[in-house]
Amino acid sequence: MSGKDARRAMLDAIQAATEGVRDDDPAAAHAALTRPYRQVGERDAAARLDLFEERLVDYGVDVSRLHASDVASAIDEELARRRASKVVVPLGFPEAYGVGVGARERLADDASPRELDAADATVSTCAVAIAETGTIALDAGAGQGRRAASLVPDVHLCIVHASQVVAVVPEATARLEPAVKAGAPITWISGPSATSDIELVRVAGVHGPRTLLVLLVTDA
Amino acid sequence: MPRASLFVPCYIDTLFPEAAIAMTRVLERVGVDLDFPRSQTCCGQMHVNTGYADDVDHLVRNFLNVFEHAEHVVAPSASCVATVRHMYPDMAKRSGDPALIEAVDAFTPRVKEFSEYLVDDLGITDVGASFPHSVAYHPACHATRLLGVGDRPLQLLRNVAGIRLKDMPRANECCGFGGTFAVKNAEISAAMLADKVADVIHAGAEVVVASDNSCLMHIAGGLQRQRTAVRTLHLAEVLASQEGVPA
Amino acid sequence: MSDARIPLPFHEAAPRALDDGQLRRNLANVTSSIREKRAAMTSEMPDWEALRDAGKAIKEHTLANLGHYLEQLEASVTAAGGTVHWARDADEANRIVRDLVRETGTRDVVKVKSMTTDEIHLNEALAEDGVTAIETDLAELIVQLAHEPSSHILVPAIHKNRSEIRALFLEAFDLDPSELSDDPAALAGAARRFLRERFLTAKVAVSGANFAVADTGTLCVVESEGNGRMCTTLPDTLITVMGIEKVVPTWRDLEVFLQLLPRSSTAERMNPYTSFWTGVREGDGPQTFHLVLLDAGRSATLRDEAGRDTLRCIRCSACLNVCPIYERVGGHAYGSVYPGPIGAILTPQLRGAKQDGELPYASTLCGACYEVCPVKIDIPSILVEMRRRTVHKERAESRLPATSLIDAALRGAAVAFATPRRYEAAQRLARIGQAPWVRKGVLKNLPGPLAGWSDARDLRAIPKQAFRDWWRERDEKQEMDA
Repeated sequence: MSGKDARRAMLDAIQAATEGVRDDDPAAAHAALTRPYRQVGERDAAARLDLFEERLVDYGVDVSRLHASDVASAIDEELARRRASKVVVPLGFPEAYGVGVGARERLADDASPRELDAADATVSTCAVAIAETGTIALDAGAGQGRRAASLVPDVHLCIVHASQVVAVVPEATARLEPAVKAGAPITWISGPSATSDIELVRVAGVHGPRTLLVLLVTDA
Repeated sequence: MPRASLFVPCYIDTLFPEAAIAMTRVLERVGVDLDFPRSQTCCGQMHVNTGYADDVDHLVRNFLNVFEHAEHVVAPSASCVATVRHMYPDMAKRSGDPALIEAVDAFTPRVKEFSEYLVDDLGITDVGASFPHSVAYHPACHATRLLGVGDRPLQLLRNVAGIRLKDMPRANECCGFGGTFAVKNAEISAAMLADKVADVIHAGAEVVVASDNSCLMHIAGGLQRQRTAVRTLHLAEVLASQEGVPA
Repeated sequence: MSDARIPLPFHEAAPRALDDGQLRRNLANVTSSIREKRAAMTSEMPDWEALRDAGKAIKEHTLANLGHYLEQLEASVTAAGGTVHWARDADEANRIVRDLVRETGTRDVVKVKSMTTDEIHLNEALAEDGVTAIETDLAELIVQLAHEPSSHILVPAIHKNRSEIRALFLEAFDLDPSELSDDPAALAGAARRFLRERFLTAKVAVSGANFAVADTGTLCVVESEGNGRMCTTLPDTLITVMGIEKVVPTWRDLEVFLQLLPRSSTAERMNPYTSFWTGVREGDGPQTFHLVLLDAGRSATLRDEAGRDTLRCIRCSACLNVCPIYERVGGHAYGSVYPGPIGAILTPQLRGAKQDGELPYASTLCGACYEVCPVKIDIPSILVEMRRRTVHKERAESRLPATSLIDAALRGAAVAFATPRRYEAAQRLARIGQAPWVRKGVLKNLPGPLAGWSDARDLRAIPKQAFRDWWRERDEKQEMDA
């Protein structure tokens, strides 16, 4: 079988090429690498939220700060404003927030791509958010839905709890590690999609949701 | 009294002796005891950078022999100093000669570019020069990026009496010389030079100053071809200039 | 350029590109604006240098232990439900992908921008089976419709303006001219509608990978437009072709590269979308996943320090954007999917075609590339090393370089500089020999390869007295005075 030959030949070539430079115990050598960059941010919680909001606004994201008790009405308002009548509500999306979807037609997140394409919006929670980069991370956990759900409809309304906002990237990767190790797909979203491919003119919204809304819950 | 040996790169020796003469005058003025080992020839930069490093091992050995006993070696060219400091160790390593590797490692830190020597080793930023003209400083690539001389040349220039320093747009961009690049890829080199000349003219200075004659030779070539009145001078020539003794 | 497989050598392609005014203006715009933004995005990071050092160290470690990490990656991808394939060269990789696509029975494949699949000419290989690979990145779609190779790692259609793009779209999407303006937003909208249908119906997607995590089997694609998410999520089958140098040991290592890459690349704090997937996830995303590990010159490149340093590259294109040569000639001139400074060192090592030997000379060694490289590849030093190899190769094959006069001159100079006596003789000879070309103290219309110089520049004639003569005269005078 030529596949096995290729594998053996490549590994042999690599072994020969790395003769004299490779480590006897790669895991130990890797663990010994120094990481002199910031592992945690220095900002306090309030400054962190401010920065996160600033970054989102910079990306053209609509952000509102609110209390948990106001989320349902805010969802209703936003969906109404965008005339969304068909809404994807992922499994495990908090009941108290889901009330805001009201009598609108609901779609589960396991709908087919074609069905999702006919939906107007998706509501979701997130796993963690990064202030410095204005990033929201989804890890397919409860309320976040399958990947296609937050991708195909044109509006993505994401609930972020203040306690989920970390300052810098390494804090987020640390929080996501258990999900990664469990094989969960991870998606990082930093503003709506964008392209500058035509004469370097920035166009917001190409293939993902062209509208990204963030409800930042300050008391959760 | 500080002592230093002059390393005058072959093209400066041959084509731009006035830069090395100016450097000699400045260093002697600030009290350095100089010598010029006559057996020096060329550091081999042109060969190394063009892919002929293996043809000039003997130049490395010659260089080491010539300057073996020097306390400091000072040169009016960041480019050639960079060759000695950055390329010689690689060449020594490739030769596989442990004695050469050791000699190069021990020797190369003593080789200094003119402004490095003045500012770092002598602690001097004012050499008592006078130059009542407007000047645009071109930070030569090898001085800034390879040697990291930073703003040392500017520190020296700022203390020159009567000088008026002008900002130059995109000053950090290469002039397009690149040694044999100017011959091998002459069209691109000329396009880069045209932009540099436009930026020099835009700066509106009487004189362009750099710490390397190679860039200056290139920029001057473009300026003269366009019949502009802007002159080019080596940093040492400006620093050598005094009232009654102009550059 | 009609056929990307037989590109013109750099010295022929570059002057043509220089003469293309539109291209030069576009390039100057994009490179200068990205340069400034990149500088702002990196300087606001208090630990940027520490991140660069860490990025370099992690890559160095991984490449030194590449065999170990590839085997680990294979095991973890397999455990997560994926299938790993090994391809020694482009043909083998293409054969694997063609067979996998044929098994699905589909004729249409959606593709995420991938330099690796460009490198192996996968689209052309699929076309031989009657399979159409649709590029879904906007710029890649544009160059695909125009039947051109991309000209920039990051902005592949940098050489196309909006009216040219409109014309391409009108024809390809079968639109009436009244339906489409040349507004970039309208053009992007047209591409969205056209591609949406393709995403919803595609059975197979092909992607590259920015990173692959050995210990978890997680693949990572970094992008802006959402086409990457579409391709890695909607189709039933996902085939990822990845150069073996893209592996990193652990998930944690990505915390370094996901900070370095967007700021260096698009000059953003973070790119809009990053997708990570681990094998197959039941009910979510493609239910069949294949990972093709491509060698194609990489294991050979790994053999020495220059090669290992080069393979650290994370394809950000920062070095292109700061390169004054690239700024003026663009990507096509390099005749390779990898242009600019990194291309000038990577192409000769990976491909090693006869004409690639001149790529390392496409640089003034100004060092701007090294200054911005997020993984600190000392590109200028490697360029010099590649030049040395070019000279060796050409000598070994008794093939004189195109500029053989330069070769002769340098060989001569190496002999002349050997002793001070010969050096001084050569100096005197040059002073005498220049006479035919001196006009009013200036050298004009120089012969041979030097003509390239005197075409655009003056050169002062060699003065009568060298520095060493001045020094001796002064010494003698001082002795006499004493």
